[in-house]
Amino acid sequence: MPMRAKVASSVSRTAAAISRAAGRGDGSVIGGWIGLKIDPDLLKNLAAGRAIALVSGTNGKTTTTRLTAAALGVLGPVATNSFGANMPTGHTSALAKAGATPFAVLEVDEHYLARVIDETTPRAVALLNLSRDQLDRAKEVAMMAQMWRTALVDHPDIRVIANADDPMVVWAATQSPNVTWFSAGQRWHDDSWVCPECGSPIERREGEWWCTGCPLRRPRAQWVVEDEGVTDPNGDWHLVKLQLPGRVNLGNAAAALATAAEFGVRAIEGVPRLSSVSSVAGRYAQVDRDGRNIRLLLAKNPASWLEAFDMADQAPTLLSINARDPDGLDTSWLYDVDFSPLRDGRPVLITGDRAYDLAVRLTVNGVPFRHVKTFDEAIQASPPGRLEVIANYTAFQDIRAELDRVN
Amino acid sequence: MSTESVLRIVWIYPDLLSTYGDRGNMLILAHRAALRGIPAQTYEVRSDQPMPATADIYLIGGGEDGPQALAAQRLIADGGVHRAVGQGAAVLAICAGYQLFGHSFFAKGAKFAGLGLLDLDSDRGETRAVGELRGEIDPRLGLPALTGFENHGGRTHLGPDVSPLARVSAGIGNDGQTEGAWHGKILGTYSHGPALARNPAIADLLLRWAIGADSLAPVDDTWAEALRAERLTAASV
Ligand SMILES: [Zn+2]
Repeated sequence: MPMRAKVASSVSRTAAAISRAAGRGDGSVIGGWIGLKIDPDLLKNLAAGRAIALVSGTNGKTTTTRLTAAALGVLGPVATNSFGANMPTGHTSALAKAGATPFAVLEVDEHYLARVIDETTPRAVALLNLSRDQLDRAKEVAMMAQMWRTALVDHPDIRVIANADDPMVVWAATQSPNVTWFSAGQRWHDDSWVCPECGSPIERREGEWWCTGCPLRRPRAQWVVEDEGVTDPNGDWHLVKLQLPGRVNLGNAAAALATAAEFGVRAIEGVPRLSSVSSVAGRYAQVDRDGRNIRLLLAKNPASWLEAFDMADQAPTLLSINARDPDGLDTSWLYDVDFSPLRDGRPVLITGDRAYDLAVRLTVNGVPFRHVKTFDEAIQASPPGRLEVIANYTAFQDIRAELDRVN
Repeated sequence: MSTESVLRIVWIYPDLLSTYGDRGNMLILAHRAALRGIPAQTYEVRSDQPMPATADIYLIGGGEDGPQALAAQRLIADGGVHRAVGQGAAVLAICAGYQLFGHSFFAKGAKFAGLGLLDLDSDRGETRAVGELRGEIDPRLGLPALTGFENHGGRTHLGPDVSPLARVSAGIGNDGQTEGAWHGKILGTYSHGPALARNPAIADLLLRWAIGADSLAPVDDTWAEALRAERLTAASV
């Protein structure tokens, strides 16, 4: 590592430690920011000599990054940005903090993928999905797919691991010479009815999809979720026991195993590692309080709401909605989500800054509910046992802070 | 209402114009019809399908420039919406859909012909209008205040053959003064996405127009009223 990079890296670590000591999160953003100020090539220098996997997509990237890092751990120490700081400052800080490791797995915000590919020269890039997120600020889904596609065409050496079930992802990956396809399913179809190649309608039937106007269609997947496990490219099926709920996370496990395989990790070695992951940045965390076993599920956009319904047990469920800056100020997306999975007799509670928007939505959706003003009231209103909590971004942070205060 | 005496609601081109929870308006109309025991059927008509001319209520939503221009071209070529309006169908047009009901609009820097069913033209504003929108609705419609969330870069100029839907008291709407337009049984608004969630009285107006009733049985709007009160207050601070 050049001298300048060594200094910058050390300052970056110190700044992160100071920031942590001052109680400002884990310090990964501030540390990386200072480091990059001293040496603009710091990320490039820190990445040099490591075999790197990048993980990107609208949903599941934090979890898949954790799972991939766990699987790669079979081979040796792995640097990773496990706190979801997924922009270049976070990557810089994560690599500086980890010191020299042979491997790194980095979660990358989908907007930054092209830049981080340029700077880290990864061996593999995993692409999970693309859907609408924070409507009043995000770029169009098709534009994001175009950015990915261009970045990958510019780097033909990269091994791409891509979701065969998402037409936008397939279109973004399909021109790369080295693609491994995995099948994780796609619950959310509303951002891929129109072909990104030719604009014709996309048809779907029995897990397949195809464009009605051009040759774009679902490729055959080599890694497939089947029953409670994953089938590898040799056709061998592996039982995957996760501590994380839902079929969605089995899909993330398939992506992680496929990615780790690009580094030489065999599925049979990777699978046992996956079951060590219990919660991811507070998501899926379970907290016991007043006889209730509270489980936290983050749902930050329409696609991830559908996934959360899939993960949640049929138990009393609290929904909490805010519309502050990080959430997007607009609540229109509530009508892009079908809440009818909650119409199964479970008690539903609602709260949050924008509970009334949710109340109207649930009324139209035929889901009975009760409005509570605080999280504490929600706990008192639910019977002992499991309480599922599904919240969007700042509502989730509010509830985590609330639970931290008491525990 | 059509001869089969089922209320028919068409959502125009959800494959092109459906960016911001636009499905909500269709769901809300069907829900409020059901609460009154009015049998209703909803149809999502994609841009590669012929547009039926015999439905009772037509909904069209918001979208990006490219799909907006494409939708206008296909609707003009198809003619179904024109025939439906000629036969007295009710329409709720939102954002990009509202603009394309006018004579002309701008998309991708170029001027496009609209359906010409509302006497208005749209162009681009200096700034993007994003935030809470509030207005007093034309008293002749007999409705309470309009509340919505707007997110658009357009400005709309009304001709003599339409009336503003509302006078703006917070937000931008058409031009900072007026918001939306109405003519006959066509309503257009920049209140985007599921506009009817905050304005159930507009949903009921569309239903009354469609079935030719002066009034409808009241329904429990406790939550909608709570939401309205909250958002109308939020818009005035
Ligand atoms: Zn195509």
